[in-house]
Amino acid sequence: MKIHEYQAKEMFSTYGIPVEQSIVCRSVEDAVKAYSRIDSQKVIVKAQVHTGGRGKAGGVKLANDEIELRRHAAAILGMDIKGFRVDRILVGQAVNIAKEYYVSYVIDRRSKSAILMLSKEGGMDIEQVAKETPEKIHKFAIDPLVGVPDYLAREAAFKLFDDVNQVRKAAVIIQKLYKLFVETDASLAEINPLVLTQEEEIIAIDAKMTFDDNALFRHPKIAALNEPTEEEKKELFAKSKGFSYVHLGGEIGCMVNGAGLAMATMDIIKLYGGNPANFLDIGGSSSPTKVIEAMKLLLSDKNVRVVLINIFGGITRCDDVAKGLLEAFDQIKSDVPVVIRLTGTNEKEGRALLKDTDLHVAKTMSKATRIAVELAEQHQI
Amino acid sequence: MSILIDKSTKLIVQGITGRDGGFHTSKMKEYGTNVVGGTSPGKAGEFVDDVPVFNTVRDAVNKTGADTSVIFVPAPFAKDAMMEAADSGIKLIVCITEGVPTLDVVEAHSFIKSKGASLIGPNCPGLMSPGKSLVGIMPSMVFMEGRTGVISRSGTLTYEVVYNLTENGIGQSTAIGVGGDPVVGLYYIELLKMFENDPETDSIVLIGEIGGDAEEQAAEYIKNHITKPVVAFIAGQQAPPGKQMGHAGAIISSGSGTAAEKIAAFEAVGVPVAKEPKEIPQLLLSRK
Repeated sequence: MKIHEYQAKEMFSTYGIPVEQSIVCRSVEDAVKAYSRIDSQKVIVKAQVHTGGRGKAGGVKLANDEIELRRHAAAILGMDIKGFRVDRILVGQAVNIAKEYYVSYVIDRRSKSAILMLSKEGGMDIEQVAKETPEKIHKFAIDPLVGVPDYLAREAAFKLFDDVNQVRKAAVIIQKLYKLFVETDASLAEINPLVLTQEEEIIAIDAKMTFDDNALFRHPKIAALNEPTEEEKKELFAKSKGFSYVHLGGEIGCMVNGAGLAMATMDIIKLYGGNPANFLDIGGSSSPTKVIEAMKLLLSDKNVRVVLINIFGGITRCDDVAKGLLEAFDQIKSDVPVVIRLTGTNEKEGRALLKDTDLHVAKTMSKATRIAVELAEQHQI
Repeated sequence: MSILIDKSTKLIVQGITGRDGGFHTSKMKEYGTNVVGGTSPGKAGEFVDDVPVFNTVRDAVNKTGADTSVIFVPAPFAKDAMMEAADSGIKLIVCITEGVPTLDVVEAHSFIKSKGASLIGPNCPGLMSPGKSLVGIMPSMVFMEGRTGVISRSGTLTYEVVYNLTENGIGQSTAIGVGGDPVVGLYYIELLKMFENDPETDSIVLIGEIGGDAEEQAAEYIKNHITKPVVAFIAGQQAPPGKQMGHAGAIISSGSGTAAEKIAAFEAVGVPVAKEPKEIPQLLLSRK
């Protein structure tokens, strides 16, 4: 889950990581008021959206006086950045940057730990730096049972600074950021850039935090900051029903048990010349109610011309799925043809239940997919 | 032989009195797994399908000599369960639980390693050595004893692949679902090494999916260290970037972790990649 820069900066402040003075605003008038409260003539106006590349899109501007501030605030509020509408801006003190650095913590699959990443190439797209000049990025794997001791924070800070006073200041920030990362169950805590000002202060002038969805249950305050997009709302609704859903836009709706099999089903639809409408994993145990909800979700997509159900019964029992489908069709009236593949636990019972229905029943994944693709072609609008 | 589990495996079930724990205890016993005990704090003295329940893993290990544990406790308690198993002398810990916070796994994994034990999962279907032992939730009827090792990040997709193998007369030595989360225990490289050293495994099927770069690392490892034929399958070619496809670990981030990159990595080292699970048996037979 993502949060906005201003929310991440509030967390930074709480943990004692220095940030510039800034105020979040929802209107030009708010911005003018904020400007009068900030102890600086020059301010930066930044769009608050859940995407990168704000600067390039014109969502970050420097204002030297109130007239410029009004102009920038008016231009940025309401702006569309990569499909996100800007409804908030952050008005912050402009600092005199001497140098920019990069500092982050992220989960590393390979070392199975959090890693600290630092670079003197701050303010840049770090993925590009990693690709083109990987030697400019320094990495430290963090032992979760030890955390970031003083010596390690110092060693890391020396990768960025030569002056020992600056190293001491940066080391403290490095330790505090780790504390924040761990205590909030983040999957990313990033300062890009961390700046050295001309006044020799070290402060975070941008802040990015992403959180582990699996850990939100123990962070209700963070969970409350979630602002899902329309598409994500549908995904969250699906999640509340116990399955995962991703919209793809094709014409063959899929319902599958298990994420890997669901991905493979999408791929095979494409391989056979069709287009998957979605990814839908109904999960391990599938009660009839779950199947009904899944069916409703699929049919709410008006592009769907065929539904393909691929069930490999392990924990999921094929007869449960069949019962769910029969109930679903009692409740939902639809002309959309349904192809179903049932293999595994109680497959015979499941197939027997569907014998006298209009459903197309197939024994293998390939056969079912082929039928679905053919039906989709026949039902071209 | 087989890897990790066989007829001598002595298993305990953590969370045996729960719905899933109880159900799968019976299934594993039915298959012939030696389930020697289970744990559930406060329920010592009870039995689940004739299996004795203990309050702590240490009690269970002391009384039964268990060496392997399978975990069915809810996600908020999974870290503690994994650590308890390692601290009590369990050598192989298999965590089925889905939705465990990543940092919990990081911490538990580090602790397990310090105790000299191994972890499989979390968010995995477990593992199975057909004809010998089943630890986890795999549907035993699709498996067949044989000489092909299977390693996968997924559950039902593993069954699909195994089903295709069995239908074509190709049995399995051991099949392992390593788990779909970003951070899990034993992974491709450790398991490839075990299969390479197992005299009763002749070939290996590797089932990968989008997210991370473990498949690319596996391809590199195969090139340098594996002499047995390997066939791969990668799920998620149609997955859009930035979207998590069910598994917490299945996400293409900043254009990396795509199926195309993984397929190219395998093909570059001479590992054929099946276009659909149905193709895997032919590819295996052609490589033997």
